[in-house]
Amino acid sequence: MIAGGIPLGDVLLASGALFVIGLVGALLRRNAISIFLSIELMMNAANLTVLGYAASLQNLEGQVVVFFVIAIAAAEAAVGLAIFIALFRHTETIDVNRINLLKW
Amino acid sequence: MTPALWIIPALPLAGFLLCLFLGSRSGKSFVSAVGVGSVALATVAAWTRLIPYFSESAAPAVERIAPWISAGNFSVDLSLRLDPLSALMVSFVTFVGFLIHVYSIGYMRHDETDAGYARFFAYMNLFLFAMLTLVLANNFLLMFVGWEGVGLCSYLLIGYYYEKEFAADAGKKAFVVNRIGDFGFLLGMFGVFSLFGTLDFDGVFTRAAADPTRFAPGLTVVCLLLFVGAMGKSAQIPLHVWLPDAMAGPTPVSALIHAATMVTAGVYVVTRCNVLFRLAPEAMFLVSVVGGVTAIFAAIIAIAQTDIKRVLAYSTVSQLGYMFLACGVGAYVAGMFHVLTHAFFKACLFLGSGAVIHALGGEQDVRRMGGLAPRLPVTYRTFLVATLALSGIPPLAGFFSKDAILAAAFAAHRPILFAIGLFTAGLTAFYMFRLVSLTFYGEFRGTPEESKHLHEAPPTMVLPLVVLAFLSAVGGFVGLPEVFGERANRIAAFLAPVIPPVFLPGRETETHHLPVSSEWLLIGVSVAVALAGLLLAWKWYAKENGRPAAKLAASFPALYALVADKFRVDELYDVLFVRPFVWLARMLWKVIDVLLIDGVLNAGAFLVELTGDALRFLQTGNVRNYALTFLLGIVALVLIVFGGM
Repeated sequence: MIAGGIPLGDVLLASGALFVIGLVGALLRRNAISIFLSIELMMNAANLTVLGYAASLQNLEGQVVVFFVIAIAAAEAAVGLAIFIALFRHTETIDVNRINLLKW
Repeated sequence: MTPALWIIPALPLAGFLLCLFLGSRSGKSFVSAVGVGSVALATVAAWTRLIPYFSESAAPAVERIAPWISAGNFSVDLSLRLDPLSALMVSFVTFVGFLIHVYSIGYMRHDETDAGYARFFAYMNLFLFAMLTLVLANNFLLMFVGWEGVGLCSYLLIGYYYEKEFAADAGKKAFVVNRIGDFGFLLGMFGVFSLFGTLDFDGVFTRAAADPTRFAPGLTVVCLLLFVGAMGKSAQIPLHVWLPDAMAGPTPVSALIHAATMVTAGVYVVTRCNVLFRLAPEAMFLVSVVGGVTAIFAAIIAIAQTDIKRVLAYSTVSQLGYMFLACGVGAYVAGMFHVLTHAFFKACLFLGSGAVIHALGGEQDVRRMGGLAPRLPVTYRTFLVATLALSGIPPLAGFFSKDAILAAAFAAHRPILFAIGLFTAGLTAFYMFRLVSLTFYGEFRGTPEESKHLHEAPPTMVLPLVVLAFLSAVGGFVGLPEVFGERANRIAAFLAPVIPPVFLPGRETETHHLPVSSEWLLIGVSVAVALAGLLLAWKWYAKENGRPAAKLAASFPALYALVADKFRVDELYDVLFVRPFVWLARMLWKVIDVLLIDGVLNAGAFLVELTGDALRFLQTGNVRNYALTFLLGIVALVLIVFGGM
């Protein structure tokens, strides 16, 4: 039940808090980059959960999976930022409330 | 060297293809050469096969071209058959067809475009191909191919002037009425196969003759169905309505298809199947009755018609009735004999009427003709010969064949049919001589301008007329009645192999022989009746200018109107069949199709549209709304999946 000296319950609490912060940020922020950062936050919360369990269960595979997730997050960040730049060139804004052409 | 049988129909087929694909570009000379040349070659090919056949009466020849259909125990070959019956048909189909093709050059040349001219000859050649296939076929299925082919060509050629509405309508009418007959033929063919397990003529007829009683009830049905087919093609009551309207086509078409060849296909089929028919006496009886009724019915109508071609059309219907009457009383030879002589004189009459119409620039109403004899001397003389032949004046062709039919009806102890036949003979002479008188005698009743343009037809039209008139005069000598000697009736001896003896238990064998004295008496009576009809018409129409006839018509106005309106059969069919059909079609269209099928479909589409209209407002375009929806969705999912635990 101990992960690197920290009890698993604390790790899960921290990751839960991180996730909620990310969630709220993603729902409430209007700046696309802020939303993006919030999503990263949620993903890292998930990473933290995996790590906590991996440490507490003495399982290396969990830690390896987290490395993969981080690598993919980097690729995702590249794509996401490229989309924002393209969007900005078109609309001169990255306020998601004003990017709403795809609707009824 | 004898050419193979398949060459004979193949030549007109080649002519058809050439005219169809190259004709409109290559000009009229090319089309004339190909269209007439192919038929000429076919005639030569046919006659090189036929001449030895006629002289030594060889055995039937069956030539198998290729296997056609083979499925399970059903197999049909593409095979042709030359026996006395098909030889007789081929002989005059090719020869009369050739003459009419020659005539068509003169008739069609002036008033048609290159494309129309090519189309005409293409269809005519196609018709000859189909007709030769029909008569040469060795099984019912191949015969049916020819049968449908001639029907198609008939439709195409009746509607040749398709820009005129009545011509297009007449073509449709012919096609639809023929379909009814074809349906009967098709069912009859199925019946033949289910009874005998084969469609080859030899197989069917030998099996039927070998065991006469075994197939009895089914055979009657089969014969009746085949006869329905024959009725359609040969324009017998009640399916006769298409033939008079078929005169909307060009006159050579009327001569070739609707007088000389195609319409006799029904008689040919009945004669071909004579073994089956003789085993089904009830069917035979119906054949004779339909033939007799048609003969007199059409002859009465012909009296009151004023269109020259329409008179000839009803005359054709009437003569076809004669042929069926002959078949129905078992005198198949007499029927085929009449087919042969009728081909000569009716083709001659139609071509002659075509020459008259041509001279008058398209006028077909006899009330606006008259006095044409000195202006069109050759046409007049040939027309007169053919008229006398049709009226049954000895020694012209029609006399012998008609007399043979009447004698057969008399010998078969069918006094009513005999009386009908005799009366019809008188009517025939009357209406034909009325036609001659109105057309050629008296004063010209057209406009002066037409009178100025009157001219004898070109040589290509006159020559076939002369040849056909000659044949109408002498064609009867192939079938002299027995009073002139035992072997005088050469056509009977020639056709004897295709009419084998059949023994039906419980019925006496049908060899009726008349004593010589009564045969002479019959000849005397029929000649007297024909002469009476002829003289009466001549007196009424030529000498007294139609006044007695007009007076007679005026004293029975209702009756006259009824006859002049062709007994209003068309109107009756209109009420009985056409209108209910139109109504039904309209119902199916407006109610079933538009209301029901379209309705269901449109209702479905409308429902989807409505749902979409309501749900589209969920699509706000705002990413954060979607994210919130995700969240709510996941919460809901989690609650559903884990909430129950």
